[in-house]
Amino acid sequence: MYLGQGRIFGRRIRVAPLSDGFQKGYAVEFRGVSYRLPSGAGLLSGLNLKVARGETLLLLGRSGSGKTTTLKLVNRLLEPTEGEVLIADKPSDSWNAIELRRKIGYVIQDVGLFPHWSVERNVGLVPTLDRWPAEKIRARVEEVLSLVGMPAAEFATRRPSELSGGQRQRVGVARALAADPPILLMDEPFGALDPVTRADLQREFHALAARLQKTILFVTHDVREALLLGARIALLEKGRFVGVYSPAEFLKAKEPEARAFAASLNSVASHEEAQ
Amino acid sequence: MNWLQFLVQNRSEVLARSIEHMGLVGASMAISLAIGLPLGVALVRRAALRRWVLGAANVVQTIPSLALFGFLIPVPWIGGVGASTAIVALALYALLPILQNTCTGIMEVDPAVIESATGMGMTPRQVLWQVQLPLAAPVLLVGIRVATVLCIGIATIAAAIGAGGLGVFIFRGVAMVNNQVILAGAIPAAFLAIGADVALGLFARSIGHK
Repeated sequence: MYLGQGRIFGRRIRVAPLSDGFQKGYAVEFRGVSYRLPSGAGLLSGLNLKVARGETLLLLGRSGSGKTTTLKLVNRLLEPTEGEVLIADKPSDSWNAIELRRKIGYVIQDVGLFPHWSVERNVGLVPTLDRWPAEKIRARVEEVLSLVGMPAAEFATRRPSELSGGQRQRVGVARALAADPPILLMDEPFGALDPVTRADLQREFHALAARLQKTILFVTHDVREALLLGARIALLEKGRFVGVYSPAEFLKAKEPEARAFAASLNSVASHEEAQ
Repeated sequence: MNWLQFLVQNRSEVLARSIEHMGLVGASMAISLAIGLPLGVALVRRAALRRWVLGAANVVQTIPSLALFGFLIPVPWIGGVGASTAIVALALYALLPILQNTCTGIMEVDPAVIESATGMGMTPRQVLWQVQLPLAAPVLLVGIRVATVLCIGIATIAAAIGAGGLGVFIFRGVAMVNNQVILAGAIPAAFLAIGADVALGLFARSIGHK
């Protein structure tokens, strides 16, 4: 297990990894969380959710249901207006926001690689911020790039503009994994990809997630993706949780919002049958 | 080509005035950058204030340059006849393109890049220095180019308040009704402007990341 290193007044210190706090309890917990915009519009209300260590939780919902907002409350890009979000059993606001974010991998749909940096430098971002020694960063970058199927020998020196959309998203995942964070937040990471590339990445990510044993909160509006990747699916509608289901439960759920998603799954098949 | 002969015959004074000219422009650009860059960065997050400051900088641009030089003469500390007044006036003119391009350059950086930078745990300062400013640099440099060329042109008028520079030839030529003398100021000034533009353009390309 990696033990972080840092400096205080020029002296090297060892920092216990975040995962020490994860030996028991929940990785992420929402307790009565609401979020309102400064204008007063409520985006989330009364969210309660517990995400166990090493679990993959899918946040499923339509556009505007509050999925992304929910995710941003975890890495403190937003702060709840009511209730509290606990990370490793500590309220999120008792964490230093910068430190917390470096221990939470973050992948977004538009990837957001730095266009003026090489793939290698992009992937090494958080280890560099945490002042790992250069040699260790290089080795780690190589390792995570190969995890996502992008051999460093071929891709390390390239600029993001020299990659395809799928490759960029792979680099985005590698960057999120670089500092070995115990939690990963993924905001529709495969949403902008063509269906074939998306299916490839979903399959590979599923295998990777099973291997890495990380706590993953994964936002999607794609019910197929939710069923494929999620051990549990939390369905959001208008800023509230409709319910939290296993994939099998989700398909049998009574709630109209869940049935609407399940029905969308069948529409292609029934169209084919009709022909 | 009589003006060329005149230029060659008076080369030592032309050279001295050119250096003086570059000194005026260099000093005013340094002041303008020292104020404009940090102010521009600060204005990015303050939309209301930005409108006011850019508006004020815009108004300065509309003041005829001769009038601005004149207005500044009676101002205590910075005023009076001579180079310092001219430098202040030129710095005011250079401020708008620098401010505007600093703001625009930073605001045009892809929001996804900023979001991921922040979300991965960069401090606001790291986001500014390692992400926003490098990505804004091309737009910023365009502002600096525009401001420099503008200053080189306007600095010729600074001779009217005794600031020296290539404008000395122009005013002398106008007084003497002698085109040769006017051109001895105007042509080196034009070359300075073109030279500065090309040099800054090459610099922009050398740090380019496309």
